[in-house]
Order: sequence, then C-alpha cells, then structure tokens
Amino acid sequence: MTTKPEMTASDIASAVAGGKMSAIDATEAALARIKRHDTIFNSFTDVTAERARARALAIDADIAAGRKVGPLAGVPFAVKNLFDVAGLATRAGSKINRDLAPAKRDATLIERMEAAGAVLVGALNMGEYAYDFTGENVHDGPSRNPHDTTRMTGGSSGGSGSAVGGALVPIALGSDTNGSIRVPASFCGVFGLKPTYGRLSRARSFPFVASLDHLGPFARSVIDLALAYDAMQGPDADDAACTTRGVEPVLPLLGESIAGLRVAIAGGHFQTNVFPEAVEAVGRVAKALGATQVVDVPEASRARAAAYVITTTEGASLHLDRLRKRPNDFDPAVRDRLIAGAMVPAPLVDRAQKFRRWYRAQLAEIFKSVDVLLAPATPCTAPKLGQVNFNLDGVELPVRANIGIHTQPISFIGLPVVAVPVPLEPLPIGVQIIAAPWREDVALRVAYALEQMGVVSAPSPKGI
Amino acid sequence: MAEPLDDYINAVSKALALPVEEAWRPAVRANLEVSLRLARLVDEFALPDETEPAPLFTA
Repeated sequence: MTTKPEMTASDIASAVAGGKMSAIDATEAALARIKRHDTIFNSFTDVTAERARARALAIDADIAAGRKVGPLAGVPFAVKNLFDVAGLATRAGSKINRDLAPAKRDATLIERMEAAGAVLVGALNMGEYAYDFTGENVHDGPSRNPHDTTRMTGGSSGGSGSAVGGALVPIALGSDTNGSIRVPASFCGVFGLKPTYGRLSRARSFPFVASLDHLGPFARSVIDLALAYDAMQGPDADDAACTTRGVEPVLPLLGESIAGLRVAIAGGHFQTNVFPEAVEAVGRVAKALGATQVVDVPEASRARAAAYVITTTEGASLHLDRLRKRPNDFDPAVRDRLIAGAMVPAPLVDRAQKFRRWYRAQLAEIFKSVDVLLAPATPCTAPKLGQVNFNLDGVELPVRANIGIHTQPISFIGLPVVAVPVPLEPLPIGVQIIAAPWREDVALRVAYALEQMGVVSAPSPKGI
Repeated sequence: MAEPLDDYINAVSKALALPVEEAWRPAVRANLEVSLRLARLVDEFALPDETEPAPLFTA
C-alpha cells in the first residue's frame, strides 16, 4: 500500500497498526513529498530523515513482535522550529539562535507525540522569534501558501500551515501567542487548535511572551487534530504555566450531538475590518449551526491593544541582551519593534495585565449563556508575499498590523479555539470556533459537526 | 528637526544600555508611537483599585 498525499493521520495509523502499511513506508512517502515539493513551499528548515527512519523501523519492529503501538503509529509530523529537537539548535526563526548548542532533549510535546507512535520528520520555518503574522522570514525566506505560492502562509507558524496545507505531513505543531496557529491555519486552509492557556506543556520550546504563549496542532481533519491533542495533554512540571488537570480525551466525544449547544456570533470588534470573504465564511458556518444571535464582546478592541502592549514589552524583556549584543543579526523589523517595546513604561504594562483580568470576567459572563462564539480567524484570505497594505472600503490599512486583529482578543485571555477552514474559491479562509476555558471538547465537537456537514474542509493544495 | 519622542528614546536607550542607531530611529519611533497609543487606550480605561493583574504569584 502506498500513501496518497492527503492520507490523514487517522488513515495512516489504522493502516500501520493493521499491518496494511509499514511505518517506514509512510515515513519514506512523507520524506519523498518533502523532497519533491518543499523546494517551492519552503516550509521545512530541517529534515530529520535518519531519525525518522530509525523511529519508523522501531515501530515496525514493535508491530512484528506483536507489541501494542500508539494511536498515531507511523504518522509523520513536523514542528515549528522553536520546539527543541534533540541534536538541533532551536533557531526559533532567528539567525542568532543558530549559535546555540544543539538541544539535548526533545520538547515535551514531541516526546508525547512520539510516545503515541508518531514519527518526527523535521522542523518548520517560522517568523523570527514568533513576532510575526506573515510567515515571511528574512533569514530562511518566506514559507509559501500551498494554494497560491505567490501568497503568504500567515505566521508566525508559517511552515506549519504550509506543510499541512500542502499535504507534506498530516500533522504539524506550532505556537500561538496572538494568533500564530489560527492565522496560518486560515490562510493555508487547514484546521488549527489553540488550546486553553496552560493546557499543553511548553517545556523545551523557545518562548516569546510567557503570559500569552500556547502550543498546539495543525491537521487536515478534526479527528487528526483531536488525535494529536489527546496524545499531548497532561500535566508537566517542566512548564510553570501547565495545568495540573489530568488528560481529558476529546476523540471519544467528537460524534456527540451538538444540538443542545448555544452558538452565537461575536459582534462589535469582530464584525469590523473584515473583507467580504471573512463575512461569507462566518455566515456559512453560522447558517450551518443555526446561529443567529450576535453577542457583543465588550472592549475587544482594548483587549487587542492590551495584548499588543504585553507582547511587545515581554518580548523586549526576553530579547534585551540580544538586542544589546547582536542588534544587526535580527530581522530589522523585529528588532525595531522589540527596542520600542523595551521603552514602554512599566505602569502601562501593569495596567494591561489588570485589564486582562477584567476582560476575562466579561467573557466568563458571556459563557454563562453561550457555549460557542464564532468569529473570523483573519480579516481576509492570504495576501501577496511582501504586501504592505490592503484596501478595505477605500481605506488603506497596514497588512501586518491588521492580520491578527480578530485572534488577539481571544488568546489574550487564553480561550480555546479551533480554526476551521472554509474552502472558498480561489482561496480558503478560517473561522474561529471559540469555547469557554478548558472546553476544547466543545469547540472540537462543533468543528467535527461542521466537517461532517461539508461546510468546512481542508482543500487540496493546488501546487501538487 | 528632532521629533517629540527623540529625547525620551535617547534617555531610555542610555538607561538600558540599548543601542539605537540613527538608521533605526525612525522605525523605533514609529513602533513606540503605536505601542504608546495602544497603551493609552488601556490606560484610559478605569479599573477598580483592587483589580489584580492577570498573572498571580503563588508561593
């Protein structure tokens, strides 16, 4: 049995566990796809072929010996290059970090994926130090959108969006501080899960903004997203922000009826600065779910502003010494933003963190009467690479500053979100399925129901 | 002509020992203007004195 480019992780794992396909064949097929197509997509910065082959052969040996294998047996996956991969310097999209010693141990989430049988095939391109919404990288070149390679993937997990959207691997991991999973999921037409803040361990990943950093998976189906998510859950003493909650598997719940769920459309801020395609996408999802109620999310624009302030200042703090010693080795756009961040007075940052608590309480109130909120993942489909402005209703707006305006007010208070791809032509666009804290199960059930209805799906890459 | 924020940028640059080359200054200034504009938006929102910041330290 040979692997088709768009075989899901679930298909591969079933075939491998059932003896219909070997893990090494699944791995070789992924490596061949990467070799053939990634010269265009530029999604990988490292391909860990020898490690992957050794891991796959070990899985095949387990199967041959009758030993039990995990739910992701033989599934190739890749990670944004801010995850520690033993033997590689964790570059986090930068030039500077390439001088770091190679990581001695994998990130917790890689260990958990591999414990479930998955096979790491490489590390993925990203915006420098994750301070990016475009997927463009001055050191490694831009990752390219698999549906139109002249367009952005979105960022900062651009390689993750491109590798899954381009069907090079069925699952990739990324990080999301302000939208860096949901934005590339939207532009690349794939599913992305940004879990509740603290749900998945960030241990041994390169940080950006400790208050706001999340890790999560990308996939081409909701089942695959849930498979990866379930495999990665659980407490981890190596991440101070990681929950002590036990594993709460979602996969067995996906098929449960969503009939009783109260779904509303986020209004106000989330209905402004949107292009027609974003309106169309939210409309299709809302119609399919029978959602007509519009709920105003109070002060969402201010929440976005507060997220911006916390991001730029905590980011500046993280990089302060590198800004002093190696300023010319940064992407100039990142450097200049971080230097400015270092100059924001401390009381304003404290106020942003206090506002965060106030805003959290407002959303908690909303979630007493609503189970799910719908909002655009991005204001538009993927812009052209290098595009500086877009024109909305006759007004020129900067692209970089506006791509994440609908994701930032949500991650600001750590709510779980599934970004679902609406396969519009010529380009897909994502919608955020937002749930109350710790209710990833609700967001994933809604995403699964939409997928079953045919409203959302990961379109085939046009470049393959 | 010096921009209004330039004196502030010079002072913080010196206090933090953080270099700002002349070629970067316009972009740093533009970014700082955006950061301060957004921070003011948060600042002008009245909060009760008792409001705790979001991250709470637990001993």
